Amino acid sequence: MLRLEKRPSPSKAWNFATPIVAVLLTMIAGGILFAILGKNPFEAIKLIFWDPLFSEQFAAYSRPQLLVKAGPLILIAVGLSIGFRAGIWNIGAEGQYIIGALCAAAVALGFYPGEGWYIFPLMIVAGAAGGWAWAMIPAILKTRFNTNEILVSLLLVYVAEKLLAAAATGFMRNPQGAGFPGSRNIHQYAPASNQELIVGTGLHWGVVAAFVAVIFAYILLQRHILGFHVQLAGQAPRAARFAGVAPTRLVLMCMGLSGAFAGMAGMFEVSGPARLISIDFNAGYGFTAIIVAFLGRLHPVGIVLAGLLLALTYIGGELAQFMLNLPAAAIQVFQGMLLFFLLALDVLSNYRILLALPGRNPEAA
Amino acid sequence: MDFGSINPVVLIATLMVAATPILLAAIGELVVEKAGVLNLGVEGMMIVGAVSGFAASVTTGSPYLGMLAAIVAGALVALIFAVLTQILMANQVASGLALTLFGLGFSALLGQSYVGIVPPRTEKLNFGFLSDLPVVGRILFGHDILVYVSLAVVAGTWWWLNNTRGGRVLRAVGENHDSAHALGYKVKRVRILAILFGGGCAGLGGAYLSLVRVPQWTEGMTAGAGWIALALVVFASWRPWRVLLGAYLFGGIMVLQLNLQAAGFRIPVEYLAMSPYLITILVLVVMSSNRARTSLSAPGSLGRSFHAAG
Amino acid sequence: MSTPLLSIKGLTKVYPGVVANSDVTFDIGEGEVHALLGENGAGKSTLVKAIYGLIRPNEGTMEWRGQPYAPSAPAQARATGVAMVFQHFSLFDAMDVAENVALGMDNPPPIRELAAQIRKVSNDYGLPLDPDRLVGDLSAGERQRVEIIRCLLQNPQLLIMDEPTSVLTPQEVEILFKTLRQLRAEGRSILYISHKLEEIRALCENATVLRLGKVVGRADPRQESARSLAEMMVGQTLHTPSRETPDFGKPLLEVSDLSVASPSAFGTALKGINLTVRAGEILGIGGVAGNGQDELLGALSGEIRAPSGMVRMAGEPVGQYGPTARRAMGLLCAPEERLGHAAAPDMSLTENALLTGAWRERLVNKGFVNWGKAKGFAETIIKRFDVRTPGPHVAARALSGGNLQKFVIGREILQRPSVLVVNQPTWGVDASAAAAIRQALLDLAQGGAAVVVISQDLDEILEISDNFAALNGGRLSAPRPVQGLTMDQIGLMLGGAEGDTDVAA
Repeated sequence: MLRLEKRPSPSKAWNFATPIVAVLLTMIAGGILFAILGKNPFEAIKLIFWDPLFSEQFAAYSRPQLLVKAGPLILIAVGLSIGFRAGIWNIGAEGQYIIGALCAAAVALGFYPGEGWYIFPLMIVAGAAGGWAWAMIPAILKTRFNTNEILVSLLLVYVAEKLLAAAATGFMRNPQGAGFPGSRNIHQYAPASNQELIVGTGLHWGVVAAFVAVIFAYILLQRHILGFHVQLAGQAPRAARFAGVAPTRLVLMCMGLSGAFAGMAGMFEVSGPARLISIDFNAGYGFTAIIVAFLGRLHPVGIVLAGLLLALTYIGGELAQFMLNLPAAAIQVFQGMLLFFLLALDVLSNYRILLALPGRNPEAA
Repeated sequence: MDFGSINPVVLIATLMVAATPILLAAIGELVVEKAGVLNLGVEGMMIVGAVSGFAASVTTGSPYLGMLAAIVAGALVALIFAVLTQILMANQVASGLALTLFGLGFSALLGQSYVGIVPPRTEKLNFGFLSDLPVVGRILFGHDILVYVSLAVVAGTWWWLNNTRGGRVLRAVGENHDSAHALGYKVKRVRILAILFGGGCAGLGGAYLSLVRVPQWTEGMTAGAGWIALALVVFASWRPWRVLLGAYLFGGIMVLQLNLQAAGFRIPVEYLAMSPYLITILVLVVMSSNRARTSLSAPGSLGRSFHAAG
Repeated sequence: MSTPLLSIKGLTKVYPGVVANSDVTFDIGEGEVHALLGENGAGKSTLVKAIYGLIRPNEGTMEWRGQPYAPSAPAQARATGVAMVFQHFSLFDAMDVAENVALGMDNPPPIRELAAQIRKVSNDYGLPLDPDRLVGDLSAGERQRVEIIRCLLQNPQLLIMDEPTSVLTPQEVEILFKTLRQLRAEGRSILYISHKLEEIRALCENATVLRLGKVVGRADPRQESARSLAEMMVGQTLHTPSRETPDFGKPLLEVSDLSVASPSAFGTALKGINLTVRAGEILGIGGVAGNGQDELLGALSGEIRAPSGMVRMAGEPVGQYGPTARRAMGLLCAPEERLGHAAAPDMSLTENALLTGAWRERLVNKGFVNWGKAKGFAETIIKRFDVRTPGPHVAARALSGGNLQKFVIGREILQRPSVLVVNQPTWGVDASAAAAIRQALLDLAQGGAAVVVISQDLDEILEISDNFAALNGGRLSAPRPVQGLTMDQIGLMLGGAEGDTDVAA
């Protein structure tokens, strides 16, 4: 029989090792899944994790995509990770992302076809404000009425999706679009366009914002008393109140920050890679970012690595879809399994696993 | 606009059908939370139940075998959660989310070849002349078996929790797991069983959605029903009969909203479609605002991990 | 002599890194009240858990009336005739008395029948109890009755009581002892665990003394003095804290008519509390657990806000301030719960030093943490208060209770408070560390600080405080000088009878 014994101090080594082991185990389990689906597991894994970066055939297109996909994931995940550390669960980033994009698009379409250097910065502000406001709903309901922020933020995703649909088919529809749903192409409207900054890299303003956010979060968590209070509130809420942390302010700060980051991600997406507001504008970045945050151990540097990895699975997944006819959902399953393995292996950081010999330690059963 | 087309008797009969999936999922989650576990994976378990039930009934031709398969599938997915949180001591919130994310992907994968198929019909029960009675016949005696099963599950859960030793132990484990352990109760075993029950209920609720309510399979078809079920447990202050009340209220809102859409109400459909989610939030606010009452009715150990030293 | 009821032979239980019990051997006779004596951490709880089937020993055997006895679960122990009243009650707040009793029984009768039995038994033993009441609404004394009735309904041969009087007023202790003597007269045996020597001398005819998991002495407590028992228990002569004659200065902490609700559902609201502590004074606040101690500490630390004038620091109203502002003014606190309240279990000692020391020790500059300085502060605490740990990088949860307590108290004292409020400063701490903590508190008062010691240990309060007040149901009695206070008066104060001199019996 196996038995768990709590470690006196959490294991640092396992803290680093678990994400790597989890990725390896997910590859094995994923390989089995692909085999069951009738695909060659080795080929599929290679196609997902290797070819987008290194194959001559695909890398030219895929490599820039890595940053394009990782940008929003990292930006959203960094925001979420701060709240998660404080035990504040904003899981509605997908909704905040949508609202951020809608607000930014509203600014762009409002100025269309005018010119002005200020339009793009204004869109960033609008995107951040939109996401912030959408996240403030669960935050204020939590602090004022003690309402569960998990449920409210999640339910608001569905509301945001309906709003998106209403926008794409109604109030933001392209008047010159022959009745098709979808807004004007914002990417082609120069003052509002989020262009690739260095051609062939995929680097756009959203990626820059993501890295600024990572540095900001790093300094906040490692060096600033606020970051210390965030972690304290998550680990020992009572001790945090004793230390003088006001729970209300912390909830507002964490929810607001993560909402603003998600809203900005939506802004950079709609003005860049997505090009316009459409019914299926949101691609699940808000949910995948939750996996990114956990896989990165809620640490800014970890999140960068995790964001790149998950971006790779998106690109590789598309490739596998195209080359092997692998269903798109398989990648979602793959990401879900990754989170399972990660959570399962987390036990090793806090507990020692002992092999209890039945004769000597009977209470282990 | 034509309000005249909304018939109250039909409305009540339809809302019972509309409410059954969330009723089943919510009553399962109520038992899980009464045992002190917060499983946020209801949405994931429901959708896996929806696709498994659909696939099994299309394959076997029997909706009832499909429902059975959905129960098993829901419980199996819940087992992952049970292993993570009870044996490997993983965070319950994160594990629940993982379950939902995984369930959505997994169901899409399983359901690929079932899109666009019509499932075998689930017949309404025949109560003879009773079903032909005006008003009462349509509301009380005009449903398929699962509507009655869901009512029986609510009644059974209520009775079991309050009047049996097992129910008492389950509540004790959820109220204070340290005390329950000190008295010699197997905290983890009780919780794992509760989680499996919750998974089975959610799976069945999902299958009702894909087999009766809609009836067909589409990706992501639960559309937040699992989350509404979670909110319903809070709304009900962890009391079974109130879950029933809440589920039928929500069923009513959903049906009314659809009726208004059909009646050509002059609001874009998207805004009407938002209403169930917005009303759920509103209800959560009203129910949670009294802090003292919430903390009195919520199980004492809800969401906390249990690890026995020694 | 006849076969003992329970005999324990060579019992050993090893936890990773700790030997909780080592070769423990003793007998409990039929109809005997047997004391198990020892300090916190001596291994008493582990031993009774083994008897009650909650853990299995690594080595050694037990015999019940001459037959091998090795319970693998509490149910088996109960079936044999062993019942246990826990130190921290194993009760469920949101369930009623009858349900709580039923949960502790293996084959409970239907609830209605059980309620009738509870009424009968509770009256027979002089412990009246209403089976329909919610346990969360009961006082600590009544909660203990639920535990005892739960045991008695099983008709046990051996009743284990783990520190039963720590939550009782002296008057309630008398009632309990009457019940226990009645049980002995019926031929039942009692294993009575305590570190309170006077109680044991009053109640028990045999005592086994444990120290560091080993049996270090056996005695008939009635033949021994409290001093000789104490020396057996501690194994050394104790240093008694000393201080010079008190000389009080200006009032530093004034609380007037403080009334606040409790933040927790089953907590106790504070009602009209008045107190004044002057520079150099130690005010001891006694009271049975759950009478508002946590709330009082919270209201003083700033975790619970109050209208500004209700709490004053050196004349300044501070009621509306949170913990940070109060700390800045010199009002520091050390709560009872070390892990999770006074300290964050998974954080290092450096981080825990920062937890309250951030502003007063200038560990933070413009919001940025100076980690080097924080580490230095942690190291100073470790050195000055003799905290046994490999270093400041260690997680708080890795420290023993006594060492962490020294760290927590030291952290506050080293910040030179003008008012220090401590709740249960020596709970679960070994005797020498407890003496060191008490001496530190005395020195602090000597240096001109006002100190409030909230404690359930009356001996401790009487030893170090100048004035004594008692908390009961969220009300505080008028403080009285400790000098000349009798046990009866204290009992009345704890029981809530307001202290008019003519009431004292």
